[in-house]
Amino acid sequence: MAAEAPDAHRAAELAARSSYGRLVAYLGRRWRDVAAAEDALGDAFVAALAKWPRDGVPDKPEAWLLAVARRRLVDAGRHASVEARSLAVIQAGVDEAHGAATSASVFPEERLALLFVCAHPAIDEGMRTPLMLQTVLGLDAARVAAAFVVSPITMSQRLVRVKTKIRDARIRFEVPGPSDLPARLGPVLEAIYAAYGRGWEDVAGADGRREDLADEAIWLGRLVTRLLPDEPEAGGLLALMLHCESRRAARRDSGGAYVPLNDQDVGRWSWPMIEEAERTLLVAARAGAPGRFQLEAAIQSAHALRGRTGRTDWEAIALLYEGLVRLAPTVGARVGHAAALAEVKGADAGLAALDDLPSAAIARYQPYWALRAHLLNRLGRPDQAAPDYARAIELSEDEVVRAFLTSKGRAAGSGR
Amino acid sequence: MKYTILVYENEADFACRTDERRKAAYFGAYKAYTQALQAAGIMVGGAGLQPPPLGTTVRERDGKRHVQDGPYADTKEQLGGFYQIDVPDLDAALEWAARCPSASTGAVEVRPNLSM
Repeated sequence: MAAEAPDAHRAAELAARSSYGRLVAYLGRRWRDVAAAEDALGDAFVAALAKWPRDGVPDKPEAWLLAVARRRLVDAGRHASVEARSLAVIQAGVDEAHGAATSASVFPEERLALLFVCAHPAIDEGMRTPLMLQTVLGLDAARVAAAFVVSPITMSQRLVRVKTKIRDARIRFEVPGPSDLPARLGPVLEAIYAAYGRGWEDVAGADGRREDLADEAIWLGRLVTRLLPDEPEAGGLLALMLHCESRRAARRDSGGAYVPLNDQDVGRWSWPMIEEAERTLLVAARAGAPGRFQLEAAIQSAHALRGRTGRTDWEAIALLYEGLVRLAPTVGARVGHAAALAEVKGADAGLAALDDLPSAAIARYQPYWALRAHLLNRLGRPDQAAPDYARAIELSEDEVVRAFLTSKGRAAGSGR
Repeated sequence: MKYTILVYENEADFACRTDERRKAAYFGAYKAYTQALQAAGIMVGGAGLQPPPLGTTVRERDGKRHVQDGPYADTKEQLGGFYQIDVPDLDAALEWAARCPSASTGAVEVRPNLSM
């Protein structure tokens, strides 16, 4: 089955995307060295890109990549003159890896264990999410850096330091027991949500890898929910992501232009996904332990109700945001609350809520500036709205969103 | 894998050692902890240290020796002793460290040993 060269290239890329986190998790756990596992896999992908266009894509791309990567690891182990005892351990891991790769192509629980390694309390809190994004979900350091607004070089150095600690301090690769689980789960969920956010922001759909990232995050959300059914926040996060994902197609009209949530055609929402979100949230809520993600999912659930009733219950949404702000007073929650207040009590109430936010927190937060411009415009103050539109446009990564804000800003300027 | 458990004690911990009413409880807790490490077969070594005022800090600079009274770092918690243990991974080391009597009053640092 010799595939055409471009297909082989694509197959290698596809395998890279879908397998990366799984393979790093699998190898990293056995070698207790995430950095070495990543290096070996990188070599394997390079080898695949050289070989597959020529010889065709193997039947089990993951098994092939794993076989090459483990050879690299063994060679690297010899090269670094690892003690004989360690080499024996590595060899045992190699044999096991080979068995697993040929019998099955997915190792979901491995990824969960790696997620918990990344969220280990011995790892700097600020680095847990970036580490997960890179090692479990396969984001490159530059993209992780962009998500955390630091330079790629700084991010790379920090990631290297963290991986060195995992290896040299010997952090255990396993899902924590019941007593540690509640404290360890929070950072895992945060990281999954951050990954989803990166995929979600790509409204234009210009970057296929990004949309894939949203799928990966949902996949991880399902996995965590399935493996930890007694943790309601895991279900809350999954419900939240499914609600957002259900509207992906509706975010653009037939001409490709951006459509904000309140104007979306509900016929283009994915109702199976909304139903799954509702079921998931209902199960989570039964635990009677509300949390940040359950509340955020409930807010999205209230928005989804417009699909059935034809109107948005802003009072309910404002109340839910109030609870969310009390529980987790993030900038996002407070801007959301301001937007809801503007609908319930008027644009000036929303504006007042925005004015309460500390300037350091909102300086680079796009939704704040977009909402502020929108509210000023509604209040008939286009001159004040114009610079905020400009700021929001500048902070928008997405071309489609920029175009939307530009047209809004222009309409405001012309007095329409 | 070998780890060192560095036991940092506050002034009150150090004071326990000479306080007639509290010293029995203090040393009893450390004795029990040490015995637990030995019974688990992970104890490699260690020592309790005299209090910081008995420390003397030495530096060699440009061939000259500078000797100074007192411990190296002027912090609220001071090194009061250390244990060397041999356990499979950091998580196991942290679990043992958390059981150290001073973990609930001072602070306990776990560092992997450099293999040489």
